[in-house]
Amino acid sequence: MSLSTRPQIVQAQGSPSSRILATGHVRGSRVVSNEEMCTMIDSTPEWIEQRTGIKERRWATEEETPRSMAVEAGRKALAKLGLSGSDVDAVICATVSHHRPSPSLATYVAHDLGAFTAAAFDTNAACAGFCYSLNLADAMIRNGSAATVLVIGVEKLSEMINIADRGTAFLFSDGAGAAVVGRSESVGVGPAVWGTASDQVETIEIEDWSQVAGHPEQNHPLIAMDGRAVYKWAMTTVTAKAAEAIEKAGITPADLDVFIPHQANDRITDALLRHLKLPESVTVCHDIADMGNTSAASIPIAIDRMLERGQAHSGDLALIIGFGAGLVYAGQVIVLP
Amino acid sequence: MADNAQILSDIADIVNDITGVDQAEVTPEKSFIDDLDVDSLSMVEIVYACEEKFGIEIPDDKSKDLKTVGDAINFVTAAKA
Repeated sequence: MSLSTRPQIVQAQGSPSSRILATGHVRGSRVVSNEEMCTMIDSTPEWIEQRTGIKERRWATEEETPRSMAVEAGRKALAKLGLSGSDVDAVICATVSHHRPSPSLATYVAHDLGAFTAAAFDTNAACAGFCYSLNLADAMIRNGSAATVLVIGVEKLSEMINIADRGTAFLFSDGAGAAVVGRSESVGVGPAVWGTASDQVETIEIEDWSQVAGHPEQNHPLIAMDGRAVYKWAMTTVTAKAAEAIEKAGITPADLDVFIPHQANDRITDALLRHLKLPESVTVCHDIADMGNTSAASIPIAIDRMLERGQAHSGDLALIIGFGAGLVYAGQVIVLP
Repeated sequence: MADNAQILSDIADIVNDITGVDQAEVTPEKSFIDDLDVDSLSMVEIVYACEEKFGIEIPDDKSKDLKTVGDAINFVTAAKA
């Protein structure tokens, strides 16, 4: 059969653009202050706050699992739109805290939300996971394979803290942030600038399960990080990528209303700001102060909390950028819901 | 080639820019950490700013040896020689 007579497959009709329609979040219910942290590690509350900007963090209880937190955050976001799980075409969970290789966390979350036929999968892009997943959701909506996508960043990092490492143990925290992403006539999710610096792949690592036998008192894979290397990389590469995301969105820094970088460490946020030279009119997220670092969950939690507290507003232009283990990064300019 | 006084002045500007420490405080015998109260993350920034300013590379294992302002001046002088 010649090419001209073969049946031609057709492309699905997508939406011209997508945007975040609503967000929701949940935080681990146990407040862990720096004072309490210093009963577990050899440090002082002042030292921790000065080096990280963290005053307290949130740890999940045993009953609060990545699954339960993701479902609760997802339900809150859907409720704001009067939607239920059955309205969702796809669920994406961005996480490094789901310790079952298969099925994905997203399939359990889809089940619990009543999204019984939704496409469901996880992304593992560490602290850039939400921004990676938002890029996928935007592409899925524009290519017509989904109309409504639930993107959830969720972590339970408290289980993976290396309590013997006084340089990182105080950073990590637990929670989930969800975003309902849907069709839009105007652009609500700008072009993503994403990639890796895989020549530095070992800078941040979580152990594999075979290594857990070496520390039976802590029965989860533990996080290891070279904080200085991350800091330098963030200051140089992540700054450049953030600037590129602004440019690719076709706006200038002065057009931005809000800057929400991954809440890794407030000192990194300060360094990004200093090197990006954003105008003072831009509201900068410091959610880490009473939340700690929740990896893939930090950006959606911060978006929802900033909206709740009136620090950011619906329709604002926000630059979000995630960066972490890999070393992966992804950033885009978005319109806040 | 920049002389030591110029290098000191440039380093003092960098330290001031990153930490707010007064330029006059930045003298060769001062320890970054013990005397100028520079912490490890600010030190990363200072090293990076020196690399940019002087057009040199300061490897991580060498940057850990830069205890005093004088150490930094000597490193820059040697690297640019």
